[in-house]
Amino acid sequence: MTKVVEGKNIVRDYHVGGGLFRPARTVHAVKGVSFSVDKGKTLAIVGESGCGKSTLARIITLIDPATAGELLIDGNKVDIARDGLTKDMRRKVQIVFQNPYGSLNPRQKIGDVLGEPLLINTDKPAEERRDLAMKMLKKVGLGPEHYNRYPHMFSGGQRQRIAIARALMLNPSLLVLDEPVSALDLSVQAQVLNLLADLQDEFQLTYVFISHDLSVVRYIADDVMVMYFGEAVEYGPREEVFSNPQHSYTKTLFAATPRADVASIKARLARKAA
Amino acid sequence: MALLDIHNLVVEFQTASGPFRAVDGVSLHVEEREVLAIVGESGSGKSVSMLAVMGLLPWTATVTADRMTFNGRDLLKMSPAERRKIVGKDMSMIFQEPMASLNPCFTIGFQIEEVLRFHMGMDKAQRRARAIELLKQVGIPEPEDRLNSFPHQMSGGQCQRVMIAIAIACNPKLLIADEPTTALDVTIQKQILDLLVSLQAKYGMGLIMITHNMGVVAETADRVIVQYKGRKMEEADVLSLFESPKSNYTRALLSALPENAVGDRLPTVSDMMFEPAPSGAGA
Ligand SMILES: Nc1ncnc2c1ncn2[C@@H]1O[C@H](COP(=O)(O)OP(=O)(O)OP(=O)(O)O)[C@@H](O)[C@H]1O
Ligand SMILES: Nc1ncnc2c1ncn2[C@@H]1O[C@H](COP(=O)(O)OP(=O)(O)OP(=O)(O)O)[C@@H](O)[C@H]1O
Ligand SMILES: [Mg+2]
Ligand SMILES: [Mg+2]
Repeated sequence: MTKVVEGKNIVRDYHVGGGLFRPARTVHAVKGVSFSVDKGKTLAIVGESGCGKSTLARIITLIDPATAGELLIDGNKVDIARDGLTKDMRRKVQIVFQNPYGSLNPRQKIGDVLGEPLLINTDKPAEERRDLAMKMLKKVGLGPEHYNRYPHMFSGGQRQRIAIARALMLNPSLLVLDEPVSALDLSVQAQVLNLLADLQDEFQLTYVFISHDLSVVRYIADDVMVMYFGEAVEYGPREEVFSNPQHSYTKTLFAATPRADVASIKARLARKAA
Repeated sequence: MALLDIHNLVVEFQTASGPFRAVDGVSLHVEEREVLAIVGESGSGKSVSMLAVMGLLPWTATVTADRMTFNGRDLLKMSPAERRKIVGKDMSMIFQEPMASLNPCFTIGFQIEEVLRFHMGMDKAQRRARAIELLKQVGIPEPEDRLNSFPHQMSGGQCQRVMIAIAIACNPKLLIADEPTTALDVTIQKQILDLLVSLQAKYGMGLIMITHNMGVVAETADRVIVQYKGRKMEEADVLSLFESPKSNYTRALLSALPENAVGDRLPTVSDMMFEPAPSGAGA
């Protein structure tokens, strides 16, 4: 097995500047996290809101440098703070951001949003870029009629799919998805998860998948990492984590999952009537 | 009298390729102390219909309805100035995209306090105290420090909770929560849902919960509306909906839950929409 991405003791601090009467302080967002993902596998990261998941995602996708620790992509050490970023690296590693609207240019039509990565990173002619963009729109459950629309004309879930489509345009080998299906209705969620599974089978894509939806994680992950206040408190194969959670936060997490079965609804209504 | 009463709401957008009907004759009502959940397909007009109620759609939208009243007052006839007085106070909304809804140029403390200043006329000390209280309620650690943070210094779920704090700041009579917990892990989601339900009990607040999370529906809703392609497909009390869903679409939605995966792929709605329904059910 080849490791596509590996992190060793990754640390990230944010220094928040003080004001006139406020001292500066340091937020320890990620406190020494280690992990590795093999080719064609999926690592899911779950954890409390604010525990450092998006911060780690930005480090893996080479957007932010780590404060300390080592990041290896395809076995090679990468340090963007020192060496910058090559075109090839930029293509290989893609991210779908947690905030789809903020990451789309409001003045760019969707067709151009999808074509742009090809324009910048390849020398494909306009005709081919257009074809590929159309195909990708279909893959994520949108249609040709959406090609010329602007981002604000889409619903939340539609924009999320556009963000996923854009990340897939360059055939990345590592895709980091930050809450990619949390804004989607169940049907589209199923479509997108199936699409991700198809792509993984077809191209041996590797995913780092951040989600707080445990049923989705259980469906998609090979390995699961549970983060809590910047640390990985639990890390292992999916079945082990789900069947035998060790850390108390993981147990709390499983217990807090809302239940959608008739018996639970009846129990709640009875409590309310009492 | 219903808190919010809508009959035959239609919203059309002008687009380059002609008018587009995003909401097609939706009727709904919410009572005080009631939790109405709206679930449905992505793009089926859930957010747009609620933005129409709030009066927050862009000028390209045309809104018509046979009736649209809030607390007995006709929203269709209300002047923009009158509406500004109730929107954010008596009737408020947690927007679907929290990071895009906060102003990146102001601290979150300022943004919370601005609402309190405008609607409640509180003085500086009162506003600060209330802002800290609100951040505590939504589970943000070190609220005093956090008041000075800008949105980009907060995580996705923290921004979402700030949005929730702003929406509940003035104890609204009606709260429209558009996917309010999408960025939250289940432990904090639970805390937020409990908070909303407690506000509802304490102040008689009506709550419209737009969500695609069937667990959230099961744990909070009294009544549920299922929307598909701009229309209402089904309306039922929460138990009946889960026990005996009537429309094909609802059944499809319930079976698309990831825990129902068969083999290594999930069933999708398009797999099921055209199957004949079991006898007695109509889509
Ligand atoms: N630019 C920044 N400056 C200062 N602090 C920051 C910055 N970005 C993030 N933080 C803080 O670092 C911590 C981790 O944030 P991060 O966005 O990684 O959390 P997360 O796990 O993705 O949470 P969520 O599930 O809510 O999205 C949070 O406490 C956040 O407030
Ligand atoms: N400004 C606009 N111009 C044109 N069409 C728009 C505009 N805003 C929304 N729409 C369209 O209206 C439809 C309804 O959108 P809405 O945001 O209400 O969907 P939704 O049910 O909230 O979906 P989601 O679950 O994905 O958030 C969508 O097809 C969307 O593309
Ligand atoms: Mg995040
Ligand atoms: Mg919406």
